[in-house]
Amino acid sequence: MATTFYSQIGANKRNSILLVLAVVALLGVLGLAIGWAVTGDPRAAIPSLGIAITIGLVASLVSYYSGDSIVLGISGAKEVTAEQAPQLINVVQEMALAANVPMPRVYLIDDTAPNAFATGRDPEHASVAITIGLLQKLDREELQGVMAHELSHVRNFDIRFSLLVGVLVGSIALLADFFLRFTFWGGGRRSRSSNEGGGAIQIVVFVIAIMLAILAPIMARLVQMAISRQREYLADASGVELTRNPVGLERALAKIALDKEPLEVANRATQHLYFENPIKAADGRSSNLFSTHPPAIERINRLRELYGQPKITDAVQVLDAAAMRASAPGSAAFVGGSGGPPPPPPRDWNRPS
Amino acid sequence: MDWTLIIVIAIIVIVVLVVIGLYNGLVTRRNRIDEALGQIEVQLKRRHDLIPNLVEAVKGYMGFEQNVLTQVTQARANAVAAGAQGPAAQASAENALTGALRSLFAVVENYPDLKANTNVMQLQEELTTTENQISFSRQHYNATVLDFNNAIQTFPAVLVAGILGFTKREFFDAEPEAAEVPKVDLTLS
Repeated sequence: MATTFYSQIGANKRNSILLVLAVVALLGVLGLAIGWAVTGDPRAAIPSLGIAITIGLVASLVSYYSGDSIVLGISGAKEVTAEQAPQLINVVQEMALAANVPMPRVYLIDDTAPNAFATGRDPEHASVAITIGLLQKLDREELQGVMAHELSHVRNFDIRFSLLVGVLVGSIALLADFFLRFTFWGGGRRSRSSNEGGGAIQIVVFVIAIMLAILAPIMARLVQMAISRQREYLADASGVELTRNPVGLERALAKIALDKEPLEVANRATQHLYFENPIKAADGRSSNLFSTHPPAIERINRLRELYGQPKITDAVQVLDAAAMRASAPGSAAFVGGSGGPPPPPPRDWNRPS
Repeated sequence: MDWTLIIVIAIIVIVVLVVIGLYNGLVTRRNRIDEALGQIEVQLKRRHDLIPNLVEAVKGYMGFEQNVLTQVTQARANAVAAGAQGPAAQASAENALTGALRSLFAVVENYPDLKANTNVMQLQEELTTTENQISFSRQHYNATVLDFNNAIQTFPAVLVAGILGFTKREFFDAEPEAAEVPKVDLTLS
């Protein structure tokens, strides 16, 4: 256990550095291509190369030091105090203790779609944000499962890498967009008039530049997808290791999976940060190659495998089983016999497990 | 002659450096245990402070189960007293208190008015989180104790640990009561 999560921390720190280098290099190539395409002269592209590298470095520094504020800002997250959401703060405090990390700052997102994410550059500068929908729809035990998952991301330094991926990949996409527009509407014309004799080479370079501009965001996006799926499984498993209770997380995953409401504040640059993919595909199966998250049912089954439960085929089964347990004759006295959905029983008091 | 002297001195210096290194490592580990224990104690104290409020809040409602309240109060007093008797004794007294509290909350479930009382709900949430924090701190504490005990019982520290005054530490034991169903008198009504 210890070796896996320490090696995970090491891998995340290493990957963060590699990512920054790769992004700076990619931007450099793009800058060079843009300069060359626009002026038709490789030497004249040096200033744009310099500008692109500077942009890459500045973007990396900004993402590292204030990416969390940017991400929280664009998600519309507001910091909460213990007075406003005592149970949430308590649960986060418990999980921070279990994960042996400092208490992160806690934010609420005013959206009814249930979801959550953690961000920051290291456990000392971490934040967790959850939607109001999540807080309303989950009971204490489920909330604990979700927070354990998020604090595993914090402890493993997943947050650093994901933050850099989000902000940097986002800015590459932005830059490429800008370049495409620039070449089509302004740059193309100017380069033609200033350098008529460039001919074939210029056209080739121009085509390469456009291809780069198209490919860069796609490549970046693929990297983003590849990294975050394995990470989700790992965070689920580490989360259970923290709570010693797989049931809460399993039920939370089932509830969130069955909730079809999309999260409005999530976008292509922040989707991979969330607990569960906030941009839900109309067809569940189409999510396999291009999703940032493994399907919830797959995550539930991996958890069930950990504690020797048979696989299930539909998330509803988890909730049905939970409802059946709650209404079983033996526990009726504890629940108080009230109708409707089972009340959120704090597990530690009335259900010795 | 000179060479032998130099070698002897070199060996002594190396041994002294190794012992210093071992000593410092063991002290660091021991301090971690104390820090972890301190963390548990903060939460135990918080729980002890919350219980009288809870007892006060539910007293009026619970005509029938005065014995449950007495049990909780008694268990709390025992736990407070056990604070000075070392981790193992403390753990068992705290476990008894946890059991008594569980019974109390199980009984609370039978009183809809009480369950809906904001004050009681708040206290229940506070006690739940304190309880969880105690158990997570205990995991952490036990991990540090295991680490320390392993260190002083394995080579090379085992050679010097005794002489330097490092002795095995007690675990804050996992609660045996956790496996038991709380004993609740449900024969009322």
